[in-house]
Amino acid sequence: MTTQAQTARKRRRSLSSRLFTWLTSMNLAIALLSILAIASVIGTVLQQNQPFNDYLIEFGPFWYEVFMTLKLNDVYSAGWFVLILLFLLASTSACLIRNTPNFLRDIRSFRLNAQEMSLRAFAHSRQYESDLPAATIVERTQGLFQQLGYKARVKERDGETLVAARKGGMNRIGYVLTHLGMVVILVGGLIDSKMYLKTLNMLGVVEVETRDLPVSQVPQESHLPPGSLAGFRGSVNIPEGKWGDVAFIGLKDGYVVQNLPFKIEVEDFFVEFYDTGMPKSFNSNLKLTDKDTGEVIEETIRVNHPLKYKGYNIFQSSFGDGGTELEFDAWQLAGEVGTKQALEGTVHQERTFEFNGEEYTLEFRDFSLFNVNPTEGPDGTQENTNFGPSVTFRVRDATGQAVEYENYFQPVDFDGTKFFLSGVTSEVGAQQQFLFIPADRNNSIETFMAFYATLKDQDEITRIAADLVGQTAQGQQGGAAQSAAARSIADMVGTFVEQGFSALGEQVDQQLAERDMPPEMAEQARESSFRVVQSVLMRAYMETLQDQGVEEFADRDADFFEKALDVVTVIPNYGSPIFVELTGFNHIQSTGLEVTRAPGMFWVYLGSLMLTLGIFMLFYIHYRRLWVLIKPAGVNDDGESAHHRVVVAGTDARKNIDFDQAFAQFSNELQRQTGSNEQKNPPSDPDNSGRPE
Amino acid sequence: MSVPNEQMVNGYQPGSELPQRRSFGLIDALWAVAMLVGAGIGYAQYSAALDFYATGTLFGAALGLGFLGWIWPATRWLTAVVAAVSLFALWRYNILGADGAVGRAALGEFQESTFLFKFLLSSQAATMWMVALFFLSIPTYFISTLARSGYGLKVGSALVWSGVAMGFIGFFSRWHESYLINPAYGHIPVSNLYEVFIVFAVVTALLYLFYEKRYNNRSLGGFVMLIVGVALGFLLWYQFTRDAEVIAPLVPALKSWWMKIHVPANFIGYGTFAIAAMVGIAYLIKQKMGGDGPNDRLPSLAVMDDIQYKAIALGFAFFTIATILGAMWAAEAWGGYWSWDPKETWALIVWLNYAAWLHMRLTKGWRGSVMAWWSVGGLFITSFAFLGVNMFLSGLHSYGEL
Ligand code: HEM
Repeated sequence: MTTQAQTARKRRRSLSSRLFTWLTSMNLAIALLSILAIASVIGTVLQQNQPFNDYLIEFGPFWYEVFMTLKLNDVYSAGWFVLILLFLLASTSACLIRNTPNFLRDIRSFRLNAQEMSLRAFAHSRQYESDLPAATIVERTQGLFQQLGYKARVKERDGETLVAARKGGMNRIGYVLTHLGMVVILVGGLIDSKMYLKTLNMLGVVEVETRDLPVSQVPQESHLPPGSLAGFRGSVNIPEGKWGDVAFIGLKDGYVVQNLPFKIEVEDFFVEFYDTGMPKSFNSNLKLTDKDTGEVIEETIRVNHPLKYKGYNIFQSSFGDGGTELEFDAWQLAGEVGTKQALEGTVHQERTFEFNGEEYTLEFRDFSLFNVNPTEGPDGTQENTNFGPSVTFRVRDATGQAVEYENYFQPVDFDGTKFFLSGVTSEVGAQQQFLFIPADRNNSIETFMAFYATLKDQDEITRIAADLVGQTAQGQQGGAAQSAAARSIADMVGTFVEQGFSALGEQVDQQLAERDMPPEMAEQARESSFRVVQSVLMRAYMETLQDQGVEEFADRDADFFEKALDVVTVIPNYGSPIFVELTGFNHIQSTGLEVTRAPGMFWVYLGSLMLTLGIFMLFYIHYRRLWVLIKPAGVNDDGESAHHRVVVAGTDARKNIDFDQAFAQFSNELQRQTGSNEQKNPPSDPDNSGRPE
Repeated sequence: MSVPNEQMVNGYQPGSELPQRRSFGLIDALWAVAMLVGAGIGYAQYSAALDFYATGTLFGAALGLGFLGWIWPATRWLTAVVAAVSLFALWRYNILGADGAVGRAALGEFQESTFLFKFLLSSQAATMWMVALFFLSIPTYFISTLARSGYGLKVGSALVWSGVAMGFIGFFSRWHESYLINPAYGHIPVSNLYEVFIVFAVVTALLYLFYEKRYNNRSLGGFVMLIVGVALGFLLWYQFTRDAEVIAPLVPALKSWWMKIHVPANFIGYGTFAIAAMVGIAYLIKQKMGGDGPNDRLPSLAVMDDIQYKAIALGFAFFTIATILGAMWAAEAWGGYWSWDPKETWALIVWLNYAAWLHMRLTKGWRGSVMAWWSVGGLFITSFAFLGVNMFLSGLHSYGEL
């Protein structure tokens, strides 16, 4: 029985010792370094931490599954990646455990038991004859060692004398520091990593929240009390004038909420600019109130200048809109066209409105105070022009379809004409297209809207058309035919306004085709139809101008007319029943803060220091040993040994060619000082003696 | 040198013919003091504008130059010439205005209208001189190596030394010019791809000169200056097609003291890795052509092997420091010392690659062509970390896009 137990133990021991040997093998170390490098590449090539849907769209369902299974969307916190790091940690530690005691013993030893045979087998070794007494040789050897900075010991044995010397033992300490530094860095990094949080999540202590909720509504299972994580990196957006006392930590496809032991109040966020319009610095005035002590700290943070408090660090990391208050006029583009309603809104909020019995939602998404765009200057050079403030919003209809708009506050000048700009993005990812609504003499959108209202007013257009027909048909007999013509014209204008120019063309072609005319006449009739429509439009425009109190018709009004018609033909595709004209705003920004706690950082920096020191010690301190063995090789008349054979040998842990030279210099000099006469002149070319291997 | 035996026995104290270790002599001390005095004068002038870190950097640089002058005396000439010419340029620039800031237009006008600046001292002119001198050194080295002309090789070295001097003069000129354009723009010129390419050229050339002296062999100059030449070719393209040389203000993330030391430390790494790769190429060529022989033009294979090791070791040490400094900077700017940002990750990949190289050489004793090929391959990885990341990958590092 006992023998069986013993063999079992032996087998077990041999298994663990085999494991240990494997862990300490250089091949594993190199393999780990390579695997780590290759795995790291993946995360740089594939964009990390994108919304899950983006991967699905970009790579299709198959690769999406593969990526999600391997967690390639977040390589660096994937289990398998952390496992590689843990292996590296284990392997490096095992190496340290195995090598450190030997190294420490080794640097204290002088290797005084080196035998002649082995010394002569060294790559760096030499022997020569000497006529000097052993004591003199020893003395001069020691002198030389001292001069070169070696520590030496002498050992007499069986009539021969060995002088053994070493220097640069710190090199081995360098090995320990380098590798221990790596271990310390890895441990520090793991302390600050999400590993612990993930474990809590796996154990069901913490749940991931995926919904976009106000903090107060996030369930308690997704909250972490202060101090429950040693280290974390979270972020939070706080609008100006508001405060927050949590940070959000991204986890899986959602987040958890880390409660903070203090309140962060954002008094102001501001950007400073260079004279080029480039941002120079992003700053937040913060007021921190400690919940326990009531202590208040006020500080302005900016990029590269965080606020540090009780182990927490607060960084300026981004900014956005904090709920800018908007005032706007909603112009109706259908229904009661030309009427407007003054409304208010807030960025990040939405409001519903009803239109022609349909429900719409107006979602304000963003506001930007500056819109600097590259434009062509008067002399053709590239310039930067500020288009002024703009608001981005979506109009969503009852079916959930939404179109995104970006409307500018002020009219923007293009080649001398000013336009109200409205960018339209009809679906996600589509190119933004712009509506250029010309501004009138008063820099207002009124004239356009009034003109558009006139065009949309069927009765008004019919009246204008009738006027026109009445004028041109003077003298002819009219009545019923006249009003039929007027209605037909108004109908064409209606088609143009509701469906655009090409629809009008089709309608005219169709009517002409019904009448079966010869081609030239058809062409003529077609032209005149267009001309008539044009005349009605012009007349409508003139009347609008009169209503607006414009008395003289100038070039710019003619220009306006054309620009306005361009807009009229695209409004049917605008996609929103209202046009939002901004009239006022109160800009409220929010600051994006990164809140972190990194207790591992101390260890990472300590490890880095050890690593750096260790590397320099490894490379620039040479760990060298030299031996000089003095053997009696002849006896003089008095029976004393007067003739000696001297064996010199040396090693350097590095096996670099500097040691070839150093060894040659040392042994030449020793031979010069102690060699016998015949051999006084040593080989003269030190460079060519004693190549390694 | 033959001494009678008796004399030796009777208490004769033999002298040593060992090469003397460099001792710290009077001149070394004077030089170090001169450097410190220079820093002191600078401090007295500008102490108002220097914070704790900047003051530390100033005196640290002075000590560094003192040390460099001791271990490599030739750099004293370089330091002295660069200091004299740069100070002269600064003094002449001061004529522009009382507080120095004059704006881009006035600066340009002054540079155009002043002969010395137009052709020598403005950062553009000095940089072009550097480019020309480095370009010239390449054929000079190669031809002299082929022709075994020791004189020609010395000319090559002289060209590189002069190029380095002009590079530094251009560097300091540019530094000052950024303040002249607008004090708010002022920054050390290591902030974008154009500026760091100049740093790369100067640092690589200077490191090469060190190995040239250390191994007392100039025949690798053509190879090393070739990669510098390639980098400068890129620089010229970048300048002429993208107006990359225009001095622009710093984005907020770069307004940090860490930039001043993180970037140069990185470039010592990049420079030595480039040298190792080019020596690796020379090694492989020589090996292909039959290896060591009695009529060698290039250093022996063992020496070239050793240069690769020395260069990679030095580079690895500085690259380690640079990466650590980068982490410390990131901790201050982004809120975490390590974010697995592509640039950061690629720095790690480069580092792991050379760590593996060093392990193979030091623990497994690998030498020869495998290591030479690996050095060459390492340059591709390094180049990707340096350039490819900026070109192909997005991330938090924004100092240069093509
Ligand atoms: C993962 C397991 C590792 C093992 C088993 C290992 C093992 C070793 C060993 C045995 C040496 C030789 C020391 C000597 O005899 O000179 C060495 C050297 C070295 N190791 Fe590691 N190491 C590991 C990880 C690392 C890591 C992660 C680094 C980081 C870069 C590293 C950097 C170095 C360096 C720079 C040397 C220099 C060699 C020298 O100059 O002697 N090692 N390593």
